[in-house]
Amino acid sequence: MDWTWFHRLASPPHVYRIAGTLTPWFAWPAGLLIVAALYGGLVLAPPDYQQGDGFRIIYVHAPSAWLSLMIYSTMATAAAIGLIWRMKVAHAAAASCAAVGAWFTVVSLVTGMLWGKPMWGTYWVWDPRLTAQLILLFLYLGYMGLRAGIEDTARADKASAVLAIVGIVNVPIIRFSVEWWNSIHQAPSVMKMDRPSMPADMLVPLLMMLVGFTLYFVAVLLVRLRAEILRRERASSWVREAATA
Amino acid sequence: MTPRQRRIVLVVGILAGVSLAGALALRAFQDNVMFFFDPTQVASGEAPTGERFRLGGMVRPGTVDRHSGTLDMDFVVTDFKHDVKVKYSGVVPDLFRENQGVVAHGRLGADGVFVADEILAKHDENYMAPEVARSIKDKHGGVMPVDPDPGRAARQGAGPAASPAPAPATRF
Repeated sequence: MDWTWFHRLASPPHVYRIAGTLTPWFAWPAGLLIVAALYGGLVLAPPDYQQGDGFRIIYVHAPSAWLSLMIYSTMATAAAIGLIWRMKVAHAAAASCAAVGAWFTVVSLVTGMLWGKPMWGTYWVWDPRLTAQLILLFLYLGYMGLRAGIEDTARADKASAVLAIVGIVNVPIIRFSVEWWNSIHQAPSVMKMDRPSMPADMLVPLLMMLVGFTLYFVAVLLVRLRAEILRRERASSWVREAATA
Repeated sequence: MTPRQRRIVLVVGILAGVSLAGALALRAFQDNVMFFFDPTQVASGEAPTGERFRLGGMVRPGTVDRHSGTLDMDFVVTDFKHDVKVKYSGVVPDLFRENQGVVAHGRLGADGVFVADEILAKHDENYMAPEVARSIKDKHGGVMPVDPDPGRAARQGAGPAASPAPAPATRF
């Protein structure tokens, strides 16, 4: 197998260039999908038979929660690649993931609380699913804090990569918490082996939102990765040339 | 072993170690991680009956008794194997209704009645339009088949059909 494409990903100017080229290819479909999904979810989809219109917060809550786990997995994978192959661009990608993932975690927690008050009767309980998701937020914040606390980029990369890899155990715990333990949080409606527990007119906007959020994350990641590469390579000749050109 | 292979072993080692530590810790704190106990666990003495705990299950249809003129009410929480009678005084969440999941926080009295001071509703993962729910209700003679907690059935390796109790249903 030809690994040239993989080895070229180790080159900061190459990644800087392709990230710039790819960004609009993710950003535009993301924007279109999210707008269409909002219309489908907030206008076209019927209200739920029990929750009425209150269920519509799922169109923000579930994709955010899903993204918070997906981004953490991406971050830990990039950190592991950076650690094993000494690939600086991978470390830069991991570092670029953290803040986005943290925000999606915050959104999932806040929307969950707003839904929990009228439906469950409480904003917050120390339930396994909820607590594990809060720990995910602390992992993101700890990762960012650790990076910010170490001035030398190479050392910050190594230390934060270990933290990211250690924290990955929390991801399956969050995913399976509602199945392993008694939890107040309902079981998955969509991400399960069985048929989704939701009719198509509710499900399609949700899946569109999921894809839209994922593309949005990739677009933001590419922009942040470019900024991170510039920061790291500010002393190199290709950045100087690009800046003066 | 090349330095890169050593680093791969290191990363895999970290993952294995942390997973093992996490699994052991969660096993040790199993009881504390459980958000609620179901009536079967109460009947078998697994629940900490000496202190406050959470009781979870379905509200058995036809048992909700609201005392008029007060906020007092009582109802039966069931997992279709065992029942626990619950007394409560206060406002219940919107989703509290017969045959829906409920989590009551309180204390089990010597008379076997659970005195709750907080009632939370547990929503299931089923979503549908009101018209669809109505037409299913018509077809099933007022009773709608809804699995109260499929995760639990999967955990215990037995679906609702295999349990001796009648299939759980939602009535509305």
